[in-house]
Amino acid sequence: MGTVAVHGLSKSFDKVQALDGVTLDVPDGSFFVVLGPSGAGKTTTLRAIAGLEKLDAGSVHLDGRDATGDAPAARDLAMVFQNYALYPRHTAYENIASPLRARRCSSSEIAAAVEQMSSLLHIEHLLQRRPAQLSGGEMQRVALARALVRRPRAFLMDEPLTNLDLKLRVEMRTELTRIHRSLGATFVYVTNDQVEALSMADQVAVLKEGKVQQVGTPTEVYERPANQWVAGFVGSPSISLLACHAEGDRLVGAEGWTLPRPRWTTAEDGRPLLLGLRAEDLSVEQRGNASLSGELYGLEPLGDRTVVDVRVGTEILKVKARPTVTGTPGERLLVTVDLDRAHLFDAGTGLALSEAGR
Amino acid sequence: MGVSVDEAVSTGPVRDHTPPARRFGGRGRSVLEIALLTVLAVVMLFPVLWMIETSIKENRDVYAIPAKFFDFTVTLDHFKDVFVASGGRSALSVSFLNSVVVAGVSTVLATVLGVPAAWAYSRFAVKAKKDQLFFILSTRFMPPVVVVIPIFLMYRQFGLIDTKLGLILIYTAFNVPFTIWMMKGFVDEVPAEYEDAAMLDGYTRLQAFWRFTLPLLLPGIAATAVFALIFSWNEFVFAIFLTSSDDVRTAPPAIAGLIGGTTVDWGLVAAASVVFALPVLVFAYLVRKHLVAGVTLGAVRR
Repeated sequence: MGTVAVHGLSKSFDKVQALDGVTLDVPDGSFFVVLGPSGAGKTTTLRAIAGLEKLDAGSVHLDGRDATGDAPAARDLAMVFQNYALYPRHTAYENIASPLRARRCSSSEIAAAVEQMSSLLHIEHLLQRRPAQLSGGEMQRVALARALVRRPRAFLMDEPLTNLDLKLRVEMRTELTRIHRSLGATFVYVTNDQVEALSMADQVAVLKEGKVQQVGTPTEVYERPANQWVAGFVGSPSISLLACHAEGDRLVGAEGWTLPRPRWTTAEDGRPLLLGLRAEDLSVEQRGNASLSGELYGLEPLGDRTVVDVRVGTEILKVKARPTVTGTPGERLLVTVDLDRAHLFDAGTGLALSEAGR
Repeated sequence: MGVSVDEAVSTGPVRDHTPPARRFGGRGRSVLEIALLTVLAVVMLFPVLWMIETSIKENRDVYAIPAKFFDFTVTLDHFKDVFVASGGRSALSVSFLNSVVVAGVSTVLATVLGVPAAWAYSRFAVKAKKDQLFFILSTRFMPPVVVVIPIFLMYRQFGLIDTKLGLILIYTAFNVPFTIWMMKGFVDEVPAEYEDAAMLDGYTRLQAFWRFTLPLLLPGIAATAVFALIFSWNEFVFAIFLTSSDDVRTAPPAIAGLIGGTTVDWGLVAAASVVFALPVLVFAYLVRKHLVAGVTLGAVRR
């Protein structure tokens, strides 16, 4: 068992509201990712679950039982810290053994558990070293081993991959997913990296300024962003947003363009809207069912693809294109749009318009 | 403070970082520098040298005019007089013992009280934390001589006049604020995550502090304790106002008491001063590594 539920978490530091009514429900055995930019309150949420932060309001339930006032030790959780927090005077072995020592396990039990964990994470040769003698990736593995060495209710991970180089990060992503599957345990994983969120999570909660913006599967968050901010935060290159309004069966842009109005939208005429178009739903190669005209503003070759910046009036559209695409800035271009995959947001509230008719 | 600064700022690194060829042609500069430093050292250390010299001179050499710098007879009689008097231990030796007890106990008390307080101020959200810390520091704003009269009156009410306990309490009271302020800096340097991690491992907060944070604070504690010890050991004003009898008095007023009267035994005064100065020097020397590590901790970590 390992369900984690938090309700109405609020916490302010001096005048900064770090958490503002955060409610999350983490099902047993899920890989639950809390995604948000720095300062969104992700770490504070995790620390609140762990019992390291005194809350202004809200409750924490573990396995359905109210644990709001419990000491961290009583919550039966394990945590991996962003800076790993390995005890500097202890060897890797002693660091990994620490949770078992705290529970007064026998030394033979400890030796067996540490051995098992170190072989799982390939750190057998590092056990006698101190943290100062380990590289970032090795420290990260030791920190992970310290968390995994026992079977707690849930694992809390605070941006564990952020301090690793890109190659190692990709490797560890796969490894963490594998570990999660093999343990079947509940993971609550905090990150500001949307790629981690989309690639690892069963469920993603998007956090901004201490408020939950959206909770859903990675696909839901990507395909049906709840508001303009989530749409902009998730996805790379980020979504292009164009000001417009509906007029009969057409969408009229503030920059003078017109597109057919998507059939599913119910927005009344004249209401200010934002049209959200993802780079992969735009093309410079005549593929979509409607088109916008603009001029080439710049090219960003990324190896496997090239992002073409197209200027429509004063707004920039990011278009995903083949790596072989060429052009000169200022050149006229026709961008075709896959309107079936477009998003519409209310320009005032930023909320996504109902897509029920889709 | 003086000891640690001398330790931390040696002249060595300055020479190392200056390309010698560019000034005064190579080694010439360092010779000049050494010569100047030697002159400076002699001037600064002359009183100390004179004290040591007087302590091993025979009395007639002490009073010789012109003063004898080199050709005097060496004797250790003055040192014997410091510890032994006719018919047993001397009053001075008792005062040294009193100093050891008073300085030692007050330092231990200040450390035991101040380190946890510093930890609490560093780790927890305390209401009006800055005001509290300022208030704690403000008790050190006044020189002891300003508060000694009210304290004298208070002590008379409580029967603490002329007791070692009275001195221990006042020295502890003076050292606790210092310990809190200095140790808070050291605790701030130790990431709170170690304790967080330990608590998630299953330890209580106090166990986490004791097992994981405290060992990392030891250099800082050593440095702080040395400063507290030096303060208590050297303290004069409270000692002379609050104590009077030979079996309670600490060394500073006892040594001062040797001066005055019709004749002054300068040999004895010098020998007592040497004995008085030694423990602090030896102690500071033994913990010098911790002192430097302590004073420069913020600069070299992270």
